[in-house]
Amino acid sequence: MGSLPGRISVKSAPAAETQELELLRRVQAGDNERFYELVRPYERRIFAAAFAILGNEADAEDAAQEAMLKAFAHIREFRGEARFSTWLTQITVNEALMRRRKQRPELIESLGERPDKEGNYTPRDFADWREIPSETLERKEIREKLVESLASLKQAYREVFVLRDVENLTIEETAEVLGISCASVKTRLLRARLMLRDLLAPGFGGGARSRSAFEKGIKPW
Amino acid sequence: MVVNCEQVWQEISNYLEGEVDPELRAAMEEHFKQCQHCTAVLDGTRNLVQLYGDGKLFELPAGFSRRLERRLRQSLPPPRPTSGSFWMIAVAAAALLAGGLTLARSGGLSSPELRSAHAQPGRGVPGDMVVAVSKEGKTFHVPGCKYLHQSDKEKVKLLAASEAMREGYVPCLRCLRRYLNR
Repeated sequence: MGSLPGRISVKSAPAAETQELELLRRVQAGDNERFYELVRPYERRIFAAAFAILGNEADAEDAAQEAMLKAFAHIREFRGEARFSTWLTQITVNEALMRRRKQRPELIESLGERPDKEGNYTPRDFADWREIPSETLERKEIREKLVESLASLKQAYREVFVLRDVENLTIEETAEVLGISCASVKTRLLRARLMLRDLLAPGFGGGARSRSAFEKGIKPW
Repeated sequence: MVVNCEQVWQEISNYLEGEVDPELRAAMEEHFKQCQHCTAVLDGTRNLVQLYGDGKLFELPAGFSRRLERRLRQSLPPPRPTSGSFWMIAVAAAALLAGGLTLARSGGLSSPELRSAHAQPGRGVPGDMVVAVSKEGKTFHVPGCKYLHQSDKEKVKLLAASEAMREGYVPCLRCLRRYLNR
């Protein structure tokens, strides 16, 4: 009952992996022109990672481009310990975090000071939410609302949520990319998910309780 | 084992990850049967995880792929030469190097301005430009530059110009001339 269908086996098919490995070898051997071919399948993923951290499209695009140039510069150091997509994501996250620190140092919360001592998060809203997910995504206003809600989370929660739930990295990979412990990932993930649910559930809900919340204009969208 | 609502909320994320032990899982499932609120939280959380993980959420800005491809094409060095043409280039490089040494002895390259230019940090060089260095060398080059130490070809590495500068390399006077003295 509890598992998330379709999220466990995100690995690509063996044939695709072999193909990627072959392409990677060629690029590492100097076939530079095929580098774009190698990163192309992950464009959306790297953009989303940069966007989640930087919060606007133009900066995210620039950071994603820059990150791919860095990935190329270090391509021969990639030894296949992690998935190639994870490696690219890690470079992109690092690039985006570096830019963020440079651009708006005053906005960076010093996370080290209060390591997960935020206390337990209590859901504020118990609206039912039974709409079928895949159908709702076809509506532009829904997508916008999801992106906007995500953007409203604090950086520490947003990063973890994006890597785990948007990019589908594992808990361990998320911890590694961000340089934090698995325990911190889990704590922040819980909080991020519960906060997002509070932001979104009233609008998605079909029950009387959520309709009343909607009418009261609590989350009018 | 009996759990209350608060305990359920604190474990709901781990529950979705399949990371709670069987005893706790059973207790939570028992709780969900009786508690509408917690079931709503569970359903909602699961729904949002599926929505965000769908892959359709973040649309690439129009033209993103084209611009990325163009930037890579402009910034990446051309493919490395095959072994056949490598020797031709090596011979050409040796000839040019010999010419350069003759010129240096005649005083042309050892003039003070050039030396000081050589020592300047490559401020004019775009930081994201991919450049080549060799471990033994002190300068960074446009990949394929004839003045890159070809003798230790295997040790040549590619990196961003900004990193090369951080590592103390200075720009090659020949291949990066147009970025210097700005």
